[in-house]
Amino acid sequence: MRVTILAFLILLSAAANAMADGSYQSSEDFLEEVFAGSPPAPGFIWLKGDVKEKTGEILGHSYPGIRIRYWGKDKRTAWILEEVGKTQPITAGLVVDGNGLESIRVLAFRESRGWEVRYPFFTDQFSGIRLTVANELDRHIDGISGATLSVRALQKLARLALYLHQQTISKNDASP
Amino acid sequence: MRRKLLQMVCAGYLLSGSFSALADTPTIEQLWEIIQAQQAEIEALKKQQQETAQQATDADEKAEAAVVAVEEVDAKTAGVASWVDKTTIGGYGELHYQNIEGEDNDLDLHRFVLFFGHEFTDSIRFFSEFEIEHDVAGEGQNGEVEVEQAYVEFDLRENLQAKGGVFLMPVGILNETHEPGTFYGVERNDVENIIVPSTWWEGGAALNGFFGNGVSWDLAITSGLKMETEGDNAFRVRSGRQKVSEATANDLSYIGRLKYTGIPGLELAGTVNYQTDASQGNNDGLGRGILYETHAIYQQGPFGLRALYARWDFNGSAVSAAGDDDQFGWYVEPSYKPWQKVGLYTRYEKLDGARDQDQFDQWEVGANYWPHEDVVLKVDYRSRNVDSNSSGADDFDAFDLGIGYQF
Repeated sequence: MRVTILAFLILLSAAANAMADGSYQSSEDFLEEVFAGSPPAPGFIWLKGDVKEKTGEILGHSYPGIRIRYWGKDKRTAWILEEVGKTQPITAGLVVDGNGLESIRVLAFRESRGWEVRYPFFTDQFSGIRLTVANELDRHIDGISGATLSVRALQKLARLALYLHQQTISKNDASP
Repeated sequence: MRRKLLQMVCAGYLLSGSFSALADTPTIEQLWEIIQAQQAEIEALKKQQQETAQQATDADEKAEAAVVAVEEVDAKTAGVASWVDKTTIGGYGELHYQNIEGEDNDLDLHRFVLFFGHEFTDSIRFFSEFEIEHDVAGEGQNGEVEVEQAYVEFDLRENLQAKGGVFLMPVGILNETHEPGTFYGVERNDVENIIVPSTWWEGGAALNGFFGNGVSWDLAITSGLKMETEGDNAFRVRSGRQKVSEATANDLSYIGRLKYTGIPGLELAGTVNYQTDASQGNNDGLGRGILYETHAIYQQGPFGLRALYARWDFNGSAVSAAGDDDQFGWYVEPSYKPWQKVGLYTRYEKLDGARDQDQFDQWEVGANYWPHEDVVLKVDYRSRNVDSNSSGADDFDAFDLGIGYQF
C-alpha cells in the first residue's frame, strides 16, 4: 500500500515538474553557434522538379512544405530539418562544409526510445561523411540497438542536407 | 586648249555633285529634331525597363508573401489542429508458416499490432500498443486482443523521464523492441519467451535517466506475476503474466536496469527484477522470485553478435520440491549481412524452464531478406533436443517461413 502511494506520488511530482519544452537547443542558438554569432540571412531551396523528386527518394516520402530554408556563408551551409523516427519528428541541425558533413546535432527529440542518437558518441560518426553519386552516405554508420528508426531518420537527414547543399552550389555557380 | 576645256567640264561636274550632296545633308535644326526623338525613345525604353523591373520585384514580393502566408497558415494549423498533427499511428504484423516434425503444418497471423500515440505538449505524451494475436479472438478462439502498452510519459529534465500506465518491462533484447524486421528467426528466440516472458508488460510507474556517456538506467514499480503452483503450468513464468487485466496487486514487483550504449553498435545491459510474491498468495509454497538478466549486442559493419543470459531464483517449499526454483536460459546468435538487404544467422539456445518441454537445447539457422527497410521475409530451420522425452516434450526439427512489416 505504501509503495503504491509512493509510486503515485512520484508520478504526481513528474506531472507537476514536466519540462515546458522538450527541445535541447533552439534553432536560433544553433545558428548563432554555427556562424559565430552572426548568422547570414536565410536562402531557400524550392522543392520542385528534380530537387523535389530526389528529396522524396532520400526520405522515402515528400518533404512537407514548398521550400527549405538554409543559411550559407563561404560554401558552408546550415540546415534545420525534421524527420519522423518511430512515431515522432526528430529535429536536427546540420552543417555542411565543402562537400562533407561538418556536424549533425539533435535539437529536439520526442520519441520514447532511441535517445542515444542525441549524443556525440553517436553523432560524431557523421563528421566528414559525404554523399555518393547514388545519394547514399559514403561510410557505414554503426546503429544503436533499440534505436533503429531514430538512427535511420538521422541518416536520411544527413543525406538530405548533403544533397541540398549541392543544389545551393549549383544555384550559385549558375548565377552571373 | 582642248585640255583646258576638259578640265573645266570635269570641275563643273564635280562641283555640281558636291552641291547636290550638300542639298541632302540635314540641317542643324533637323539634327536637333532627330536627337530629341531618339532621346525620347531612350527615355521611353528606360521607363519601360524600370516598369518591367518593378513588376518583377513586385512579383517576387507577392510570391514571397504568398509563400510566407502558406507557411504561416501551416504553422497556425499545426497549432490549432493539434489532434491531427500530434496524434500518430503506426504498427507492425507478422504471418508465420511452421512445419514442425510430428505436428500439423501451421499458418498463423501471429501478430497484428497498431500503435497510437499523442503528444499533449512537448514534454507530456501518450503511447499505446494494441494487438490482436492469432487473427481471431473470442470465446473458443485461438487469439487474444491485448493492450500491451498504454502509458503517459513526462520529460522531467533533459536526461530524466517518468511514465505511468501499462508499459513493457525493461528487460532483455526483444521485450521492448520486437518489430519483425529487428530480429532474426520467424519466431522470437525461446529464452525470451520461456525465461523472460516476452512480451511482458505490467502496470505501474517508472523513472528512467540517461547520461551523455551512453549509460542509462531504469527503475519501476509494477504489478507482479501470479504464477500457478499446481497443474500443468505450475511454476511456469510465462503463465504467471496477469497482463494488467484486473491484476491482483497484493505483492508488487520492482525492476531496475542499467544499460551502456556509449559505443555505436554496442549494447551491454543488465536487469534485476524482484517479485515480492510470485504467486500473489500466502502459504502456497511459492514466495519471492528474482530475475537476473544480462545481454550484449555488438554490430560492426556486416557482422553482428547477440548473447543473452537470464535466470530466475524462486523460494518456497513447493517450487523447491518441484525442482523449479532455479530456471535459466541463454543463447548466442552470430549473424552476417553479405548484402544490405540480406542477413544470415545461426543461434544456439539452452533452456531449463519449469515444464519438460521447456528444457532443451536448440540449433537454428536462417536468413532475413528486407526488400524494403520496413518489410522482411524470413526463413529458418530449427533442431531441438529436449532433455528428457515425455508426452508433449519431444525432439523435433522444424522449418519456418515468415513475412513481417512495420510502419
